Amino acid sequence: MSETFVIKPYLRLSGLEPLVIRPETNFVNIGERTNVTGSRKFARLIREEKYEEALSIARQQVENGAQILDVNMDDALLDGVKAMTAFLNLLQSEPDIARIPIMIDSSKFEIIEAGLKCVQGKCIVNSISLKEGEEKFIEQAETCLNYGAAVIVMAFDEKGQADTKDRKVEICERAYRILTEKVGYAPEDIIFDPNIFAVATGMEEHNNYAVDFIEATREIKKRMPLCKVSGGVSNLSFSFRGNEPVREAMHSVFLYHAIKAGMDMGIVNAGQLIVYDEIDPELRQLCEDVILNRNNEKNEATEKLIAFAETVKSKAKAETKDETWRQAPVEERLKHALINGITDYIEADTEEARIKYGDPLQVIEGPLMDGMNVVGDLFGAGKMFLPQVVKSARVMKKSVAWLTPFIEKQKKAKASGNGKAAKIVLATVKGDVHDIGKNIVGVVLGCNGYDIIDLGVMVPAEKILDTAERENADIIGLSGLITPSLDEMVHVAHEMKRRSMKQPLLIGGATTSRLHTAVKIAPEYDGGVIYVPDASRSVTVTNALLSKEKEQFLKKTQEEYQQLKDQFSGKQRKELISYKDAVARREKIDLSRYTPKPPAWSGIRTMHHVSLSTIAGYIDWGPFFIAWEMPGRYPDILEDKKFGAEAKKLYNDAQRMLRQAIEENWFTADGVVGFWPAFSNGADTVTLLTDEGEVKLEFLRQQIKKAEGQPSFSLADFIIQGSFSENGTPEKDALNAVNPNQQKQISDYMGAFAVTIKGAKDVSERFAAAHDDYGKIMVQILADRMVEAFAEYLHEKVRKEYWGYAPGENFTNHELIKEAYQGIRPAPGYPACPDHTEKLKLFRLLKVTENIGIRLTESLAMDPPASVCGWYFAHPQSHYFGVGKIGRDQLEDYARRKQMSVDEMEKWLRPLLE
Amino acid sequence: MKTIQDCLKERILILDGAMGTMIQKHKLKEEDYRGERFARWPREVKGNNDLLNLTQPALIRNIHLQYLEAGADIIETNTFNSTRISQADYGMEELAYELNVAAARLAREAIDEYYALHPEEKETKPRFVAGAIGPMNKTLSLSPDVNNPGYRAVTFDEVAGAYLEQVKGLAEGGADLLLIETIFDTLNAKAAIYAIRKYFKTSGKEPLPIMISGTITDASGRTLSGQTTEAFYISVMHARPLSIGLNCALGAKEMRPYIEELSHIAECYVSAYPNAGLPNAMGEYDEKPEQTAAHLEEWAREGFVNIVGGCCGTTPEHIRRIARAVKNIKPRALPIKETSSV
Repeated sequence: MSETFVIKPYLRLSGLEPLVIRPETNFVNIGERTNVTGSRKFARLIREEKYEEALSIARQQVENGAQILDVNMDDALLDGVKAMTAFLNLLQSEPDIARIPIMIDSSKFEIIEAGLKCVQGKCIVNSISLKEGEEKFIEQAETCLNYGAAVIVMAFDEKGQADTKDRKVEICERAYRILTEKVGYAPEDIIFDPNIFAVATGMEEHNNYAVDFIEATREIKKRMPLCKVSGGVSNLSFSFRGNEPVREAMHSVFLYHAIKAGMDMGIVNAGQLIVYDEIDPELRQLCEDVILNRNNEKNEATEKLIAFAETVKSKAKAETKDETWRQAPVEERLKHALINGITDYIEADTEEARIKYGDPLQVIEGPLMDGMNVVGDLFGAGKMFLPQVVKSARVMKKSVAWLTPFIEKQKKAKASGNGKAAKIVLATVKGDVHDIGKNIVGVVLGCNGYDIIDLGVMVPAEKILDTAERENADIIGLSGLITPSLDEMVHVAHEMKRRSMKQPLLIGGATTSRLHTAVKIAPEYDGGVIYVPDASRSVTVTNALLSKEKEQFLKKTQEEYQQLKDQFSGKQRKELISYKDAVARREKIDLSRYTPKPPAWSGIRTMHHVSLSTIAGYIDWGPFFIAWEMPGRYPDILEDKKFGAEAKKLYNDAQRMLRQAIEENWFTADGVVGFWPAFSNGADTVTLLTDEGEVKLEFLRQQIKKAEGQPSFSLADFIIQGSFSENGTPEKDALNAVNPNQQKQISDYMGAFAVTIKGAKDVSERFAAAHDDYGKIMVQILADRMVEAFAEYLHEKVRKEYWGYAPGENFTNHELIKEAYQGIRPAPGYPACPDHTEKLKLFRLLKVTENIGIRLTESLAMDPPASVCGWYFAHPQSHYFGVGKIGRDQLEDYARRKQMSVDEMEKWLRPLLE
Repeated sequence: MKTIQDCLKERILILDGAMGTMIQKHKLKEEDYRGERFARWPREVKGNNDLLNLTQPALIRNIHLQYLEAGADIIETNTFNSTRISQADYGMEELAYELNVAAARLAREAIDEYYALHPEEKETKPRFVAGAIGPMNKTLSLSPDVNNPGYRAVTFDEVAGAYLEQVKGLAEGGADLLLIETIFDTLNAKAAIYAIRKYFKTSGKEPLPIMISGTITDASGRTLSGQTTEAFYISVMHARPLSIGLNCALGAKEMRPYIEELSHIAECYVSAYPNAGLPNAMGEYDEKPEQTAAHLEEWAREGFVNIVGGCCGTTPEHIRRIARAVKNIKPRALPIKETSSV
């Protein structure tokens, strides 16, 4: 379980609850009404010290979907420090409000610091800047860091506030360097405010301000991608004070473009923001022109917007709300109400739809869901923001509430027919607050006669499972909308298994998918995990799970998921060619000009107590550092800036221990080698001729579809084709004789070896007994390195002397490690010959256990663990490769050749089979 | 000599167990607490366990030694209440600095004594003194007056000042680490972090590693001041702690989900030292050493933890069992923090 995982560099804030700003967070809106400069009412309440009442404004902001609360007490008539302290202390006692992070907003640093002293969560300071020079900036930033706050840096320096794109970017970049290099701020804790200024003021030099902000944002995010960009949006429309419809439209259009450029958050009135797509097209076009500074020669666009604003203004005065949407059919009206968050007519419209459809459920599944889908799409496209979605949800809830009594009635009518209702526990998982989909599923299942226990949102796994167990629930359903919920669902499944639960688990919600369920969730739990794409499908699934078909249904689903999972893990399933075709595509090794070299001796030789110091010279230190989980390559790692010192220490410790091991003879190095005449059969069988007769070795061949002309590899291809029976008496001397006149085919040769380092266990236990785990692990790792070095050393001996096909070879250890030499030594169970059971043959051929004492466990692992065995191939073109996936046709052929049952063979080769 | 960071890479480290439980066993009387030096102190001092650093040093040193013998790698100084603010209950504000220096020295002496008895471990198995920084008896996020929720009995500056004095004493007394523990109000912990940063910045000394351990009070999964586990961690991340974890209030069984959560989100090492179960009807802890050890062993196998130990009700035997149970289990690997963009 203890695998290394990755932590993303996201801005993390907290109130009583965490707020992690992820890429998919969309736009974070910061509530602006708790600001004495922005809200007259708030200012008055604070001045009169009516803090309790002032709190209700904060609560409203949270209810309207503000994710962060901006608090500002900058008023000439106020003692800012006192007001900030009093208000924030009181706010901490209100869990509904204190839930979200606080933005402490002041132009006076002593007010900011006073605020920081009151809040336990991680705040944002709004703001600091280079206005008074670098020294002051560093001092203030250090203070913010001491309190653990993220900071907004305003694009303001000694020369003044930045208005052009270049100045904004330049100041932000300078601040970034100071904060990250001198103060120690994490880049993700830095938020830039590149200044939103008013446009359409009539001054031509102001016309490009919005464009400057948007373009600066784009550049800042490009250069400093972990930082965030924020801004006070209301400044933009300052020249249209008093004309709310135009201001809202301008804000909406501005945000649409700024967010696309990378703006992450902004101070906005969470309750007042028109949906981009719902702006009067003419007004939207005018706003686009003004904000993007298009068609604006001589203030043309500005003039047009001002002219239009006049008409809106007069309309607003006459208080004639635009009610044309009321003329549309009921479905359209419901949609309009949902998108625009209008509750005025929702009950009447819902009732009208109920009568029209005759079934309350169909109203939910039909027009209401259609409307919510549009909301979801607009949100996804950045055209709606969370506060607006919150309003939509409110309309939805109101409509569903109207329908609920009718649904209940229906339910009763149905439930009276059967006996006790099955229980279903539903919850939106921990960390997630989205519940519209889950609520609908609840309603739909409820009116199908099920007893629903809805645990609400942000429900920890513990609570869901405790409830399910206590209530003896029949099914558990999880919902979630944001990506981290997916992990939480995996966790719930994992916990269900740990608790040995039996209930089937349903998975639903916007980010969930069949694939994710199949690949990540289903494997965690065996009680049945089913992805449910929508509410209507939940009924059929639930019915199936509670009927006699349950087992069959689960089995079918599981098979389906297994297939999905396999496809996924096979990276869309690599295409295989038939085994027959693979054999036909065997590697054409030029064997005609190759004369196999007979080994210097035949049969088996064992060697005991091989010199440890000789072996040590062959150690490959690369894997040593990998074993210690040190990142980087040897020898570069010794010079690595970060890990070099540690690596050197490790290396020195190893050298010291190695010296001691050699001097004190901690280890014994024993090995066994053998060579035999060999022929391949043109497919994947190699026959060895031994003292005890012929021994057939079986190899596996690649079946992955490759480009035209690319061979399908098998180790058998490296051995000359032929057979002993066709070549007369299997006399070794005769075979070794090279006599072309006799038309006798020359046999090839193959070798095998096994080596081991004994004694590591005793030594490591000695360290363990002395509580020195470091020493213990070091011994084990060194023993592993030594046995690999032993194999390397022996291979060289084989090439130069025992087999002697490369007597003049002269390589450095480095070249040996790079395998520059001729011939290979693949190990059974490794990629080129992945079948472990062939190890049994190798052990018999070399009498490994009798000769050097290595044993095979029942899973065919070698004991002691510091042991290596393998085959020798000498052909100059022989090379390593991985067999990869194979098909059932090869499996069956292979099992037949090995005289083992297909089932047994499948067990050993499972990882190779799709 | 290996640093604590070196050791944490290799294995799960063991923190000691309860101090209070061990002191209780001695059934000390008022005069034992007073010793000679405070024989005429005008107020009752029985129960001021931190005072024993001055009046019963041998007793405290011996408790440390018992935990070292049990296998603790890290021992905590007896300074849970050694701040000016907490000591005000006994009128002993002026002793705060002295208590911390004395306590750190005692723990150090215990380690020296241990090495004298086990010289073979001196090079191979370093032991560390963690200067314990408790939560104080006054909180910054909560009002003691239900009718006046905006009221605070203490200010941030007072709390930070008291911690500054404690940190100075612990550092000068020879602590290897600082452990802010049993945090039930995160703002108090933030004041401690503030004080630590300030101390090392102004003294110019090499900053000591900081361990942070919060307290989830009940099944709501929140601290007393109302934060969820993740919100708590986010609030103290700026300390760049060596470890983050939980202790007290819960037994291992109840603490598990929150430790698991921390193990998934923490950039640093994870520590856990639960109570010996939940208190029984008599307010006593009766979870057996092997029970506590079994829980912690399971956490270790799941890869949740790097440092484990015990809080209220745990004894050297608990620590011995815990140390044995997690001995050969790989510690939780530090996550990789991505530094590039998404």
